[in-house]
Amino acid sequence: MKKIEAIIQPSRFDAVKNALHALGVEGMTVSEVRGHGRQKGHTEVYRGNEYTIDLLPKTKIEVVVAESLAEQAVQAILKAAKTGKIGDGKIFLSKVDDAIRIRNEEHGDAAL
Amino acid sequence: MHKWLVRFAVSCALGCCLLAVPGNAQSPATTQVAPPAAESVTTQVTDRIAQLEQQVTDARTSGDNAWMLVCSALVLMMTGPGLALFYGGLVRKKNVLGTMMQSFTLMALVTVLWALFGYSLAFHPGGHYIGNLGYAFLSHVGAAPDPGYAATIPQQTFMVYQLMFAIITPALITGAFAERMKFSAMVAFMTLWSIFIYDPMAHMVWGQGGLLNASLGGLFPTLDFAGGTVVHITSGVSALVCALYLGKRLGYPKESMPPHSVVLSFIGACLLWVGWFGFNAGSALTAGSLASSAFVATHFAAAAAALGWAGAEWLRNGKPSVLGAISGAVAGLVAITPAAGFVGPMSALAIGLMAGVFCYLMVAKVKAWFGYDDSLDAFGVHGAGGTIGALLTGVFATKAVNPIFKDSHGNASAVGLLDGNAHQLLNQAIGVLMAWGLAIVGTLVILKVVDLVIGLRVREEHEVEGLDLSQHGEEGYYLEA
Repeated sequence: MKKIEAIIQPSRFDAVKNALHALGVEGMTVSEVRGHGRQKGHTEVYRGNEYTIDLLPKTKIEVVVAESLAEQAVQAILKAAKTGKIGDGKIFLSKVDDAIRIRNEEHGDAAL
Repeated sequence: MHKWLVRFAVSCALGCCLLAVPGNAQSPATTQVAPPAAESVTTQVTDRIAQLEQQVTDARTSGDNAWMLVCSALVLMMTGPGLALFYGGLVRKKNVLGTMMQSFTLMALVTVLWALFGYSLAFHPGGHYIGNLGYAFLSHVGAAPDPGYAATIPQQTFMVYQLMFAIITPALITGAFAERMKFSAMVAFMTLWSIFIYDPMAHMVWGQGGLLNASLGGLFPTLDFAGGTVVHITSGVSALVCALYLGKRLGYPKESMPPHSVVLSFIGACLLWVGWFGFNAGSALTAGSLASSAFVATHFAAAAAALGWAGAEWLRNGKPSVLGAISGAVAGLVAITPAAGFVGPMSALAIGLMAGVFCYLMVAKVKAWFGYDDSLDAFGVHGAGGTIGALLTGVFATKAVNPIFKDSHGNASAVGLLDGNAHQLLNQAIGVLMAWGLAIVGTLVILKVVDLVIGLRVREEHEVEGLDLSQHGEEGYYLEA
């Protein structure tokens, strides 16, 4: 099993979600995060004080998929999330030792 | 008014209007049908006139009292939730409750102080600088009006209206020491401030016998319609002293501390704008045309100042901000406070515009130059706005709006500079200086005393953790729940 962690532009989230659903990926965890890569932040001004905001809002999607599906899932995410501009985000892949469904304690691919 | 009543009453009486008025609480059932002999007609006419006069008085009181009670509610609303939201939105999330708690506590604390002896100290006729304890526990303060203050409303209404001013004034100061003052120290500080700074200043400007009282023959008549000196200068300058004494917040100015919710501040500012009609127009103490004039002046100043601040920001930063626009409106409202019942609508626009730009510069430039951490700009908006407003009152006040000064023949004489009375500017300056002086000296003494006994500032760990948790054991937003 592979874990795919994708940090994307919040505006691309719906497209990515739909693309994953279309592939048959049924479980995902989504969080609203702040962060930056090499993208610079922006400046906000409150009553004459300038604040540099380097942490920009992003959406993080975490999915765990069977090995066989991993490459397609990554491609789907890439296609849906890309705008071509700085700030598109990143995808991280890692190996998962096991997955367990809490309700009935199924292990492995069956739990996905 | 009187003559017409007499003529009307006489013609009614002669035209056989000896009608009993059933169910009217004002007229005792004394109408007896008697032969219309001359003397009893006169008695009936006199009775009828007295009855009508009473009804007129009651109607006037009714209108004025209804208005003043609503104004009292509006001014209280300015503190809670107006100021609580305005300030609450400007601080970091971890301090939102602590900030609101400061305003709310004052709503309760100052009320008790006022009831026990505060009103008495501020408004009992007495010396130049302070009243006395004649009204302690609000004795003699009931349904009967005090003609020296407000002849058509119960003194109780006047007292409770003034109470709302006494509440919001110290609440304004909390903006200066936001995010770092111990709650216990704040309670002690505010108790002393209310007694030793607010009560005397209120007495001097508004109390009978007060040194600066413009309408009741003070030695240095300072025109202050609704509290530019009493409320804004004292609190704003006090705020500066507090900010300097307590020192900067940890991490200021390097660390980023933007407002956690401009949304809350926006709501608060709008509540302040609306509430300010009670603050300024209510200071007419009647529901007559002066209240209308003050209402209009207040609104116009807020509008012009909002545009002034936003415009200045647009020019200087390239974008007008919401925080700037609402801060501008507040600055305009502050500046028009002393002037509201003395200036015309066009002057109000001018005062507002000047205040908006002036306070913007105070906050955006002067504060940075000097480097003090007046966290929520209590000095920049209230201290500075109140000062410029008080001085501009001396310029724009006119007898056409409010003939407050009379010459020896009883005719209205020039009020402000544009009327031809340049001397008033001097009186305004004296009032301003007294407010500054009292605020600086009084606040320093009180701060020192409280610091020695309790300690003013929270511990470092508590400041980092946030006042909500450290002082009150609560979190403002437990969104995961």
